Amino acid sequence: MSDQITFTIDGVEVKGKPGQTILEAADAAGIYIPRLCFMKDLIPHGSCRVCTVFINGRPQAACTQPITEGAIVENDTAELKEHRKNIIDMLFVEGNHFCMFCEKSGNCELQAMAYRLGISAPKYPYLFPKRDVDATHPDILIDRNRCILCGRCVEASRDVDKKTIFEFVGRGADKKVAVNANADLKDTDFKATDKAADVCPVGCIIKKRVGFAIPVGQRKYDTKPIGSDIEAGKK
Amino acid sequence: MSESKRVIIEPVTRVEGHGKVSILLDENNKVTQARLHIVEFRGFERFIQGRPYWEVPVLVQRLCGICPVSHHLAAAKAMDRIVGADKLTPTAEKMRRLMHYGQMFQSHALHFFHLVSPDLLFGFDADPKIRNVIGVAIKFPDLAVQGVMMRKFGQEIIKATAGKKIHGTGAIPGGINKNLSIAERDSFLKDIKQMLEWSRGALKIAKDYTVENLQKIASFGSFDSNHLSLIRKDGAMDLYHGNLRAIDSQGKKIFDQVDYSDYTDYITEEVKSWSYMKFPFIKSIGAEKGWYRVGPLARVNTCDFIDTPEAEAARKEFMAVTNGKPNNITMAYHWARMIEILHSAEKINELLNDKDLQGTDLVVKGKRRNEAVGLIEAPRGTLFHHYKVNDDDQITMANLIVSTTHNNEPMNRAVAKVADEYISGVPKITEGLLNRVEVAIRAYDPCLSCATHAMGKMPLKITLYDYQGNEITSRTKE
Ligand code: SF4
Ligand code: SF4
Ligand code: FES
Ligand code: NI
Repeated sequence: MSDQITFTIDGVEVKGKPGQTILEAADAAGIYIPRLCFMKDLIPHGSCRVCTVFINGRPQAACTQPITEGAIVENDTAELKEHRKNIIDMLFVEGNHFCMFCEKSGNCELQAMAYRLGISAPKYPYLFPKRDVDATHPDILIDRNRCILCGRCVEASRDVDKKTIFEFVGRGADKKVAVNANADLKDTDFKATDKAADVCPVGCIIKKRVGFAIPVGQRKYDTKPIGSDIEAGKK
Repeated sequence: MSESKRVIIEPVTRVEGHGKVSILLDENNKVTQARLHIVEFRGFERFIQGRPYWEVPVLVQRLCGICPVSHHLAAAKAMDRIVGADKLTPTAEKMRRLMHYGQMFQSHALHFFHLVSPDLLFGFDADPKIRNVIGVAIKFPDLAVQGVMMRKFGQEIIKATAGKKIHGTGAIPGGINKNLSIAERDSFLKDIKQMLEWSRGALKIAKDYTVENLQKIASFGSFDSNHLSLIRKDGAMDLYHGNLRAIDSQGKKIFDQVDYSDYTDYITEEVKSWSYMKFPFIKSIGAEKGWYRVGPLARVNTCDFIDTPEAEAARKEFMAVTNGKPNNITMAYHWARMIEILHSAEKINELLNDKDLQGTDLVVKGKRRNEAVGLIEAPRGTLFHHYKVNDDDQITMANLIVSTTHNNEPMNRAVAKVADEYISGVPKITEGLLNRVEVAIRAYDPCLSCATHAMGKMPLKITLYDYQGNEITSRTKE
């Protein structure tokens, strides 16, 4: 049995191992497929749809779809770029994102993705939803204004920390990440050292009193666009 | 007849922010009332509730697109107290000072070259088509270039210390998040001699103008008043930090070396039915006579000396004009402002040559507090930030008093005085006469954007009403 699977992404031949997802194989080959909810070490669950690619002409989430021999994958196309921009756009307007005073600015995956895709201002109207802040925990603050419902904290707490501190409640526009049946974070055994404290792609779950300690210019995406670390590994 | 009152009011182009002047005339064209209304919007104090305190120095910059750095630093100073950082490291304090002097330098340069020089160089009555920054650029090209370059220099200093020209993040509770690299330092050292030279030139223009026109401007929009500013322990001017000092129009101290954390014991604000903006005054004197001026004029008046040699020499010349007594001439603000621009340049020079700016000890912390006040001498005057923070680190109360609010009563007096002197009873009101109203307001360099807590710039509108309350004319420039 062959231990290698060969397929193409945008016409480039890529080799991967059985069981790998398209996204993993692309990463290993130095091809960046934009993504938001996916995170290494967490079980991919395909919620954000930013990583959508065409596999043999059908749209699929690259972070959950396993590679298959001879598959023709389209990633860097105008159509998919438009699709991704729309998702990012909606994530901005569905929350309250004021990047100019957000401490995640420069380290934020949503913002970095917007820059990478060339979004300067969202085309949809802002919804200005009413969201709350949970500052009860001594070391961690949750600012739900910036939550993009990626699910990383839910998974990390459940699968890695084995605590199930976060969960989604509500539907549609009312969906939000809640803490143990709507308790305050201080009433849980959440620790700043938990994996779930370190996975939020945006400025929603943040460590208290860190703020702007890292100056502008030294933040993760200040000089290199998101995905460039993966592209640096291009073969 | 009403035709004679249908005067053209030129666009009010050179005050930043949003405000309204209304002048009421009686049947004989006599001014019965002249007021400056600024719509003060305090929505910000509500907006900030619940936000974590470490976010505030960055968040408050939303208050004003014109003087964000002053808010950044005043809030950071309050947050220093919240985290119990009662003494910053030398690197942190000096980086913040450098940021502040850079801001002072660029703000004063913008005001003087861009907004004021047309009035001083061409006269209040000059053709408004020439009496503007383009006119200056054509007739005095060197000056126009200097203004732009000085502003740029100040902005680059802000960028090097705060990280960005606007919405910087440099000052954090307990210190600063970066030092000054050797490369950054050298890029400024290369230009500082030129900046000092141009500052001397600007000072000379302001001084010569004041001295040569003293007769004419001594009473222009002028009145006796109290003056308030921060002052260093030894009585030196200190734009970044100090205690509060208030003096009366003759120089007698009303209070001195007051810890600004106790400001509510000394200063309070009055609400007037016709204005959305409050009127602060000194408690011990009362609302009637307790109002005061802040800003460059007040600072030069209140200090015992300036600790940089050239600005100190300039201060002595300035004080000699009024025989060592406080100068109460509204138009003398310009001269005082240019003394400060030179002082800021001297301070920047001092700091650039200070090795502490390359230090790496950036942040300190101490015993946490739940309430704190931060004050700074912003380009336009004393800026107060006052916060309460709960045990969960969230803001529960914010009270800000901006320079323009302190100067509310003085600016109203200046408007009334000029209206009375130049507009009252005049059958034909020319553009030049109306410009005088604005000239008087502009001397204070009000930041209406700040006062209204609105982002960006908004217009000042001057409206003239006849005795029946009908609008004769009004002009607004967006
Ligand atoms: S979380 Fe990201 S996108 Fe949202 S305000 Fe902060 S930096 Fe901007
Ligand atoms: S809190 Fe952060 S990690 Fe959790 S769902 Fe929201 S954005 Fe994702
Ligand atoms: S990264 Fe694949 S669906 Fe979010
Ligand atoms: Ni302002």
